[in-house]
Amino acid sequence: MSQTVIIPTPLRRLTNGVETIEVQGSTVSDIFDQLEAQFPGIRARLCEENGELRRFINVYIDGEDIRFLDRLQTSVGEKAEVSIVPAIAGG
Amino acid sequence: MSYVKGLKCRICGTPYPVEPLSICEECFGPLEVDYDYDAIKQKLTREEIASRPKTLWRYQELLPIDGEPRVGLQTGCTPLVRAGRLEKALGVRELYIKNDAVSHPTLSFKDRVVAVALSKAREFNFDAVGCASTGNLANSVAANAAAAGIPAYILIPDNLEKSKVIGTQIFGANVIPVRGNYDDVNRLCSEIAGRYRFAFVNVNLRPFYGEGSKTFGYEIAEQLGWEAPDAIVVPMAGGSLITKIHKAFKELDQLGFIPSAQTRFYGAQATGCNPISAAVKAGTREICPVKPSTIAKSLAIGNPADGYFATGVITETGGWSEDVSDEEILESIEQLAQTEGIFTETAGGTTLAVTKKLLAQGRLKTDDRIVVAITGNGLKTQEALSLADLKSIDPRLSAFEELIGTPQAAVA
Repeated sequence: MSQTVIIPTPLRRLTNGVETIEVQGSTVSDIFDQLEAQFPGIRARLCEENGELRRFINVYIDGEDIRFLDRLQTSVGEKAEVSIVPAIAGG
Repeated sequence: MSYVKGLKCRICGTPYPVEPLSICEECFGPLEVDYDYDAIKQKLTREEIASRPKTLWRYQELLPIDGEPRVGLQTGCTPLVRAGRLEKALGVRELYIKNDAVSHPTLSFKDRVVAVALSKAREFNFDAVGCASTGNLANSVAANAAAAGIPAYILIPDNLEKSKVIGTQIFGANVIPVRGNYDDVNRLCSEIAGRYRFAFVNVNLRPFYGEGSKTFGYEIAEQLGWEAPDAIVVPMAGGSLITKIHKAFKELDQLGFIPSAQTRFYGAQATGCNPISAAVKAGTREICPVKPSTIAKSLAIGNPADGYFATGVITETGGWSEDVSDEEILESIEQLAQTEGIFTETAGGTTLAVTKKLLAQGRLKTDDRIVVAITGNGLKTQEALSLADLKSIDPRLSAFEELIGTPQAAVA
């Protein structure tokens, strides 16, 4: 299984400017672990100390907000696109 | 000269330079403009403001641009209308409509944020601008970009009211309808902004953009004779406007321009998209996103980025938040039109309907000095209304009299 993670601008300093990363994981949490292995420190930017997703971050699996699914335990299918998106102002 | 010290994270306080940045790299909190209020206090007076032209740039020291404004030079200073007939209908002592339905140039309060954001985009030397929008921002970015001669890329949900789409296309902007709701459009915009050097006014220019909304609050206070009202009712989509009006009153208070501001802030939403009012009613600041379903499309943001701050302002000032049905929204659009001659869009109907609900609940007091924030124009959301079919008559006096009966007017 392989998925594509789209890294938002505020995290690209940690990924040396890389915009998209291929990973293999069965849940969002798995995928975060793999990101952490490649780019140490990234998990702490995404999650609070208690492990929950930070308030102003949205994570989408193929366009669906994981807060409408099983949050960090949401399973991620093959070839899914995982978007990490900061909260954006209204318009 | 600018009084901006820099940008600062609203959550963890990390400082950043004045750049097109909107998100804290440490904690993802939104960045906010940090001003040198002591220096502003030495320069700016109420008399100085009063002597300036009637545009939002009369408060320039409190806005985050470095040089002279370049876009939206005529925007701002919309009427604050004492709503006597509506006061009678609602049984209240003192009620005002802050009427941005007649904002220049595109008939919504978004002209304020765009004037500031596009002036800033020019200072940052961007070649192209854009936004994610539920309609009003699209209209304003497109119009102001056209007037400034900058190409615009505008992303909107593909189910918007026709008037809002036409009112964007006419300005020659690249309009891109996206299959999905506003939250989907937002996500795409954020990803585009991550790849291309666009000035997305509500993405990478968000800290500057939001500051334009403060002028809605400055004007209210100035128009009330340098006083803040007892209560203000504000529509909430992303939740930014209510926080910026609050910031405006606080700043005027800090500068000594108004007596200590005790205004209670009330937020208005449609029941079909009420993540902020649901949080307030549940006694939490945390927002649980929803999938919007309401005729108030300009308020249909299920995942409001400033919701956490909006709930903070509401609870901290002793206010409240309510939501109303689509039917109540439509009734209130008609009531405002028929009592005050002001035709507002669905968001304005929402705000007035919530005002009535809060009066019925006793949260708004009948002797409060109340301001109702009307932020957009009814001509843009005509599809939402279903008025009676009209009957044509022949051009004969008898046909007129047959139709009307005895008119409410004396015979000449």
